[in-house]
Amino acid sequence: MASEQKLSYKSSLNNAQLDVYLTGDLTLYTTSRLQKYIFSKLQNISELNIDLDGVTSIDTAGAIYINCLKSTLLDKNISISLTCKDEKILKTLNDIKSVVVNKKIPQQQKASFLENLGEDVYLRYKKFLEFLTFFGQIVYGFFYTFKHIATLRYKEILFEINENAIKAFAIVGVTSFLVGVVTAYQSAYQLKIYGANIFIVDMLGISMFRELSPLLTAIVIAGRSGSAFTAQIGAMKITEELDAMRTMGFDPIAFLVLPRIIALMIMMPLLIFLSDVTSIFGGMIVAKLDLGISVSLFLDRFNEVIAAKHFFVGISKGPFFAFLIASIGVFRGMLVKDDTQSIGFNTTKSVVESIFAVIVCDAVFSIIYTNLGI
Amino acid sequence: MKKIIEVKDLYTQFGDNVVHAGLNLHVNEGDIYGILGPSGCGKSTVLREMVMLQEFQKGKIEVLGYDVANISYDDAQKLRKSWGVLFQGGALFSSLNLYENIALPLQEYTDLDQKLISEIVSYKIDVVGLKQTDAFLYPSQISGGMRKKASLARALSLDPKLLFLDEPTSGLDPISARDFDRLILKLRDMLGLSIVMVSHDLKSIYDTLDRLAVIDDKVVVAEGKMNDVISMDIPFIQTFFKADI
Repeated sequence: MASEQKLSYKSSLNNAQLDVYLTGDLTLYTTSRLQKYIFSKLQNISELNIDLDGVTSIDTAGAIYINCLKSTLLDKNISISLTCKDEKILKTLNDIKSVVVNKKIPQQQKASFLENLGEDVYLRYKKFLEFLTFFGQIVYGFFYTFKHIATLRYKEILFEINENAIKAFAIVGVTSFLVGVVTAYQSAYQLKIYGANIFIVDMLGISMFRELSPLLTAIVIAGRSGSAFTAQIGAMKITEELDAMRTMGFDPIAFLVLPRIIALMIMMPLLIFLSDVTSIFGGMIVAKLDLGISVSLFLDRFNEVIAAKHFFVGISKGPFFAFLIASIGVFRGMLVKDDTQSIGFNTTKSVVESIFAVIVCDAVFSIIYTNLGI
Repeated sequence: MKKIIEVKDLYTQFGDNVVHAGLNLHVNEGDIYGILGPSGCGKSTVLREMVMLQEFQKGKIEVLGYDVANISYDDAQKLRKSWGVLFQGGALFSSLNLYENIALPLQEYTDLDQKLISEIVSYKIDVVGLKQTDAFLYPSQISGGMRKKASLARALSLDPKLLFLDEPTSGLDPISARDFDRLILKLRDMLGLSIVMVSHDLKSIYDTLDRLAVIDDKVVVAEGKMNDVISMDIPFIQTFFKADI
């Protein structure tokens, strides 16, 4: 029982001989005090007598300390003697001696910098290969599903569409609206200086349609759905649900991965469209209040200068972004190992990597469309 | 014989589902005490109530002299340091290796130096029958049996007087299960433990238990020494113990 444990010691020192008489409990909570005391006396003694007769209880820590003390003192050529009549305490001391002698936890080897670097590079290379394998499985899954269209899991797809797109309408809409307001407000200030108020329409239309709306939507969805995919699939991996599915012949690619990817690919263009609408709406309000451009003037100008191609450029990025977010999210989920830390680690990685991949993909699109003259 | 756990008129309810209605039992010091009963009878629940993981509606549970329903924070902490709990799945901390798992309570609650802690951990690892080289493995890298042993070592790290085991042999192969039984008996004799366990494993029940309680239909239908309980004419006991093994 962890009731108040007390250890007191009386000691007498004569002619380099230290006698310590202990009373109380020699346990986890009291040993370190005794250890410090004896250590402080070790310099100038050649003989140590420990009297354990007053000790009422001893535990592993106490017994191990006494045993360690014996071997340390032997090394220092200090003789030690124990006095103890209590059978139970003697038995504890003996039990521990028989176990501990010659059994030590081996030291862990520290790897060198080069070794760490090599291991790191190799692991990254292996992870990349794994992603390629996974990518191949998805592509195979796609073709297989199209060939056997009956195996397409409509119910799961619809479920994922509801979870990851329809429930995200509000957040995507509000975020885009605010970005529209902020962008318009900041540029309104600059445009006023030149008296070029009406160009707010061109600026907003092109930047929102072509770049900002798709990116914004992708970032919100990566944070919302990408992380959810990783956590869901990761938790299923830990509880061996994935293995159970495989043994039952339910291919996780068809049951879990494709529905998520297809759902996002279908819905991403729609979400981008929503983002287009709300962000331009936000800009329109600022144009009215701050620059005095009426709604009908705004819309007239919009109709005049913003070609439909800008809208389609933005929308066309949707499925690609969706594929990247969903496949990275699911892949990271599959990488989760059998421990809880791994879920957090992979979820973070999933969001960071999918946002990064989306931005890289956007840059590639930018180059392609510019070269095509669109 | 001193009682270290006493459960009086325990009443537990989850929503509309009454789990215990007036449950009584007591554990004596130095006993290996078993709680048995059909699935869903609330064996694990009563264990969770003893270790303050689960609240109950009425009745009283006293562990080591403390009333667990009315206990101050400090007393509760003191109580928690004086028992060890082995969970069914081990529940080792997956971000720490075995050494760190076992050393954690020592580092948190005592002022021992690292060298002594490492000696103690080394001893605990040995006492539960693991190899010293296993110390740096992580829970995800070891087998189910090793995980049980390692979490037993963690439960023992503060030298508790009382040990709670939730299905200690479930998920182990028969040989490991018998090893585990022997280990529990050895530890009881070596360290003077009192042990409370929930078990389904008939062999382990015969080999290890001193006293046991059988819970059926919300109450304890039988409690006492092994031989006395087996001869009682109660349906569950008859089907459970007379089953061929």
